[in-house]
Amino acid sequence: MMDIIIAGIGQTPVGEHWDTSLRSLALQAIQAAIQDSGGLKPQALFVGNMLAANLSRQAHLGALLADYVGLTGIEAETVEAGGASGGAAIRQGYLAVASGQVDVALVVGVEKFTDVIGPDLEGALATQTDADYESIHGLTLTAQAALVACRYMHENLVPADGLAGFPLTAHANGAGNKFAMFRKAISLDAYQKAESVSVPLNIFDIAPNADGAAALVLTRREFLPKDFPHPVVRLAASTIAADTFALTERSDLLRFVAAQSSVDQAFQKTGITRQQVDLFEFYDAFSIFAALSLEAAGFAQRGEGWKMASEGSIELTGQLPCATLGGLKARGNPGGATGVYQAVEAAAQLRGQAGTNQISGAHYALIQCLGGPASIAVTHILEKLA
Amino acid sequence: MEISRHWRLNQQRYGLVGEVCPHCATKIFPPRDICPACGQEAKTSFAFSGRGEVFSFSTIYEAPTGFDETAPYTVALVKLEEGPLVTAQLTDLGETQPAIGMPVEMVTRRLRSDGDERGMLIYGYKFRPVLQGAM
Repeated sequence: MMDIIIAGIGQTPVGEHWDTSLRSLALQAIQAAIQDSGGLKPQALFVGNMLAANLSRQAHLGALLADYVGLTGIEAETVEAGGASGGAAIRQGYLAVASGQVDVALVVGVEKFTDVIGPDLEGALATQTDADYESIHGLTLTAQAALVACRYMHENLVPADGLAGFPLTAHANGAGNKFAMFRKAISLDAYQKAESVSVPLNIFDIAPNADGAAALVLTRREFLPKDFPHPVVRLAASTIAADTFALTERSDLLRFVAAQSSVDQAFQKTGITRQQVDLFEFYDAFSIFAALSLEAAGFAQRGEGWKMASEGSIELTGQLPCATLGGLKARGNPGGATGVYQAVEAAAQLRGQAGTNQISGAHYALIQCLGGPASIAVTHILEKLA
Repeated sequence: MEISRHWRLNQQRYGLVGEVCPHCATKIFPPRDICPACGQEAKTSFAFSGRGEVFSFSTIYEAPTGFDETAPYTVALVKLEEGPLVTAQLTDLGETQPAIGMPVEMVTRRLRSDGDERGMLIYGYKFRPVLQGAM
């Protein structure tokens, strides 16, 4: 089988980059990734972005960024799948290289949130929900998650601080990632006293939207530079699945069907098993999403995903380390860049470049990003080759 | 102003008009012309009673433009007595704490303003607690 190699990785710090534009962020990540790949020359650029047309009044990012980074002449387009845009862009890069049409693909995820703040930002985010039947009633992405959380906690008798393990783990791990927005551990006491944003979710249950860009260079093994300096990591699986768009259409509010389906397909196609997964970069935009993602991926029984966090199973030393470099909660959630950050971080883990957060001997990493309340799920498995 | 975008939803916003599947009798809201249960064409109009109960809810403190003046407000997934879930705000709560299972009924209220000073006012369904003794 053909190996699609992650030859280069690059990222900017995630945060409030008031002095840096969308295109400058993308350029920094792209330059870093190309340099990391040993100077491979991309023939196609896939841009993962969620809201630039709305937040920065800037659409048509494929051509804009190809031009700005000095790659006019190559194929270039934007891929949008809500919060999963970064993962969907990786998949397009994967397909392009796997098809043989493209030998070297560049994938960049970029989001510039801080061009808009306050209610206008909430409004822009709410365009990710159903305009006719959700956002017109004042529903936001956060409120969608809160509606799911309210029901989850009700049905499963989860205590009020039952989801705390997710942000506690994420913040503890963010401390070891120099690209993370938050690099300080938080206490259970701080969580319990935190201000409510969308009941039952408090500020620590919600990953911060922030600016950032991350990039990958993908190629087939035959095109790797002869003196390639890193352990070789491939994209072993790339899957994507859709569920109902609005929450109200779901027969089971507490099951992330698309997340489950994309993970099942990834395991089936590769023969890799759940037990072989050394780390899981889940989509903890909201702590409840992390719980449901663990259940959807088959690591926890229905209604019990939250216990993995409270029992310590997802810590760096736990059975299944998750959010190993801070996750969305502490690294930050740069929208359409998030899925690419997950791949960059997982590749760093498999290469042994994760510093103090290194999972020793990691061979397989599962990464998954979601659009809306898992209305879309994109899953990749990364594998370190011998 | 987006007038047509809202005008064409008048029946749903004011009358909770959905569809009933002529093949399997599933009640559908919002209307989508294809039955989500059996996959067949379903274009027969059906007006919902507007009665239901709270399935889940959340009070929102950080609201989008058009809603920030009324924050905090409570949104809910309401399970209509005919079956479907609908997303809507809860209103007229007074001192009542919203709760899962609370019986509610549809009322027509202002949903949001169109932003600028002379913008369009948009009305539609919200749900309020069923008055004691009215059941």
